[in-house]
Amino acid sequence: MDKSQGRSAQDAPAQELPPFVTASGHRGLQLEEKLIFEQGVPGRVGVDVPEAPQGAANKLGAFARKGAIGLPDLSEPQVVRHFTRLSQKNYGIDSGLFSLGSCTMKHNPRLNEKMARLPGFADIHPLQPEKTVQGALELIDTLAHWLKTLTGMPAVAMSPAAGAHGELCGMVAIWAAIQAKGEGATRRRVLVPESAHGTNPATAALLGFTVDPIPANERGRVDLAAFEKKLGPDVAAIMLTNPNTCGLFEGDIKKIADLVHAAGGYFYCDGANYNAIAGRVRPADLGVDAMHINLHKTFSTPHGGGGPGSGPVVLSAALAPYAPLPYVVHGAKGFELVETKKSGTSPFGRLKGFHGQMGMFVRALAYMLSHGSDGIRQASTDAVLNANYILARLKDVMSPAFAGGPCMHEALFDDAFLKDTGVSTLDFAKALIDEGYHPMTMYFPLVVHGAMLIEPTESENKESLDAFIDSLRHLATLAKKGDQADFFHAAPRLTPRRRLDETRAARSPILRWKPTPPPSPTAQAAE
Amino acid sequence: MRYLPHTDSDRAAMLAAIGVKSADELFVDVPAAARLAGPVAGLSATKSELEVERILSGLAAKNRPAGSQASFLGAGAYRHHVPASVDAIIQRGEFLTSYTPYQPEIAQGTLQYLFEFQTQVAMLTGMDVANASMYDAATAAVEAVQMANRVTRRGKTILSGAVHPHYRETIETHGKFSGFEVVSLAPNVDGLAGIEAKLDAKTASVVVQYPNVFGRLQDLTSLAAACQKAGVLLIVAIPEIVSMGAVTPPGAMGADIVVAEGQSIGNALNFGGPYVGLFAAKEKYVRQMPGRLCGETVDADGKRGWVLTLSTREQHIRREKATSNICTNSGLCALAFTVHLSLLGETGLRRLAGLNHALATTLEAKLAKVKGVKLLTDAYFNEFAIELPRDAGEVVDALADKGVLAGVPGSRLWPGDASMAKTLIVAVTETNTVEDMDLFATKLAEVL
Repeated sequence: MDKSQGRSAQDAPAQELPPFVTASGHRGLQLEEKLIFEQGVPGRVGVDVPEAPQGAANKLGAFARKGAIGLPDLSEPQVVRHFTRLSQKNYGIDSGLFSLGSCTMKHNPRLNEKMARLPGFADIHPLQPEKTVQGALELIDTLAHWLKTLTGMPAVAMSPAAGAHGELCGMVAIWAAIQAKGEGATRRRVLVPESAHGTNPATAALLGFTVDPIPANERGRVDLAAFEKKLGPDVAAIMLTNPNTCGLFEGDIKKIADLVHAAGGYFYCDGANYNAIAGRVRPADLGVDAMHINLHKTFSTPHGGGGPGSGPVVLSAALAPYAPLPYVVHGAKGFELVETKKSGTSPFGRLKGFHGQMGMFVRALAYMLSHGSDGIRQASTDAVLNANYILARLKDVMSPAFAGGPCMHEALFDDAFLKDTGVSTLDFAKALIDEGYHPMTMYFPLVVHGAMLIEPTESENKESLDAFIDSLRHLATLAKKGDQADFFHAAPRLTPRRRLDETRAARSPILRWKPTPPPSPTAQAAE
Repeated sequence: MRYLPHTDSDRAAMLAAIGVKSADELFVDVPAAARLAGPVAGLSATKSELEVERILSGLAAKNRPAGSQASFLGAGAYRHHVPASVDAIIQRGEFLTSYTPYQPEIAQGTLQYLFEFQTQVAMLTGMDVANASMYDAATAAVEAVQMANRVTRRGKTILSGAVHPHYRETIETHGKFSGFEVVSLAPNVDGLAGIEAKLDAKTASVVVQYPNVFGRLQDLTSLAAACQKAGVLLIVAIPEIVSMGAVTPPGAMGADIVVAEGQSIGNALNFGGPYVGLFAAKEKYVRQMPGRLCGETVDADGKRGWVLTLSTREQHIRREKATSNICTNSGLCALAFTVHLSLLGETGLRRLAGLNHALATTLEAKLAKVKGVKLLTDAYFNEFAIELPRDAGEVVDALADKGVLAGVPGSRLWPGDASMAKTLIVAVTETNTVEDMDLFATKLAEVL
């Protein structure tokens, strides 16, 4: 690669940019944009609403709204410009490499979007007669088939709305199975590794379980001896992430599953990182009882700045009878939606309104069909290849958290290479923003000091990885040169906003816009 | 495979840089017995874009979209017209393909629209503060109940008999495993009947719906006063947020927490999801609120900007002591909501709400003339319940064959409850034409 092109490979100048003031407040294409509430003129409108029919009755009774809501009135061009300007202040996977570990920002194919907008999927009501939505039910059934086949699991609950919701679903199924065995009063402890996502302990606690942490060993995996010591007749389940949040495969996973089963407990696997192993390992062969799959992570549904998600949960034969309502079955009249308890099953009930994140199902299936079983295997392989390439090319200038052996789909570094430089993990990440990248995940997992978790995903080509590596090498070298702390503290410099004061936001929260009250007459008189 | 950029020579060069001979060596930590030698059997192989379009279009064609017929379904999901610019904005890659705004300096777009969304939700519901959205109204209702349990340190909730059965069932499920008591009143058009008598020292919250599942508008002020006296939080669920353009909001009637389904503004029906749950509360409860919050602050230059805030309530900081296990929101759906509501503005929303109401009363007048139809709802917004002389599920089924999706029958919402079998819940929006309504009335008369 020609390093004279694109970003500079030389050390960045260690001085501030000269101050420059524009009359508009804009900085070139970095446009300042007021809140919608600070724009508009009463009576302007962005949607033409047809006239109401003549002579229609009013049945609002005494409930007719009195007083204004307070919304601003804007025209359509004004609204389009407002949100276009806002979009330009965002970094997305379409903008460039998005190295957030544990979040899997892969390419979001627009075919998925096109398919989800077909009126046959987007314009159907959840409570239409079943005979008018056979294609939708067939799609749910087909997606369920893919998920069951890929994971080797006999059942799947499709309704959870997000990964954490799927976790809840899987753990409720475990809770229900324990209740059914009459062990509800005694099995009250859930083992959760220290490296787990925060949602794992939160979910277990929501179900009234006691959360008992398991330490990690020096290799970044579950400490097997510590785990065995914690087993007992009061253990309801272990919640294990695999590959784990250190980006490593839990090599003892089958042993862990066997041991927890022998103790009468269940094995919940957090499947947030399933994208590393899809098509290469079936969770069923590892002894998993329940595992949620974040469709956005593994199967490319867009995450839109925080959702919507979708978190189907695959279930073992032991847990299948407890799957939530509703679910799809093959019935006498085609596909049927089961919304109430049927004889011979013990569903634990409903987890949300309606039937699941249909729009996400369409996108995920479009992605699965596009890849096929062979492509899904190749995608996992390339995701792991890319992460290991980053690890290999940075291990001499940054400090890998766990040396020796390959990582899975994400590469974990700690802050040892920044020791005595005065540069913090946060500073380092913010400097990466000026290089044109979304930084890695910082300070997670908690088991590693100053953790930096990088997940490139399979979407990145070799040139984009090399360019990203060049930036990281440049920053690491610069930091280690010494005397560069001020340069890093001042980053980012080139963004619409520089470092934002999060402490201030939390201390005196301002969570909504309010109109500025007109100055009171007394205040004016005092002036 | 068009989504995978590597050529074989790229892969070979990268494997060499790593120092392994094949990619299989990167999977050495996987127990040998569990490693798959090749692709999972029984699934199709890579397909072109054209082939995928053909398959999925085929499935879509097996459904009957609302736009292809006269459709009057509501009960928590409403078909409204979404202006074209809403979809154009949410498909901008910088919105569509971004993640949770963990790096605020390069996520001001997402953060600013979340701040605008929170403000809009607070304004619509008449409450002080709102969060950055939840999964849907049903899950938001559960979070409200759990929040009331935390605030009051009590553990019982009373559910009105006119709360949407899906919301009710979702709360009941969570009550079972979280260990709070749920008292669900029997389905009843008068959603407030029997609640006050059940308030006691153990009650943490009361959940009512407005307009209720039968479409009925009811005055909540005396219930709110009774709740306040008893130290109970009043939770109001709104299934149809467009109604707020026409009616007095729950905040003005004394609600402590308002949850709502935001699908109606900016979002398509999508067969039930993804939707966008709205969550608003009185300011004094802000640190007990679940979910994500965006707050205003300044940057290093003193310029106004936005960040995620009050995260000490959340699972990634408090872990097992968090207020909720939720770690996301319905970002894109919330964006669609904010764009659509910005287009409508005060003037547009009030016009739209007025139109919805006028069309609903127009349909009611037509159905009232059909022999055997009895109206069950007095004051309503765009949805009302009628009683038919025979099983409503059978009537809906018969009308579906005549090109009319007549509404949601009681048997779909309360399976097995004979008292609801003849009830039909009918919703009207601006997407319904007077011709659709005439067809509905004519065909209904034919099948009754």
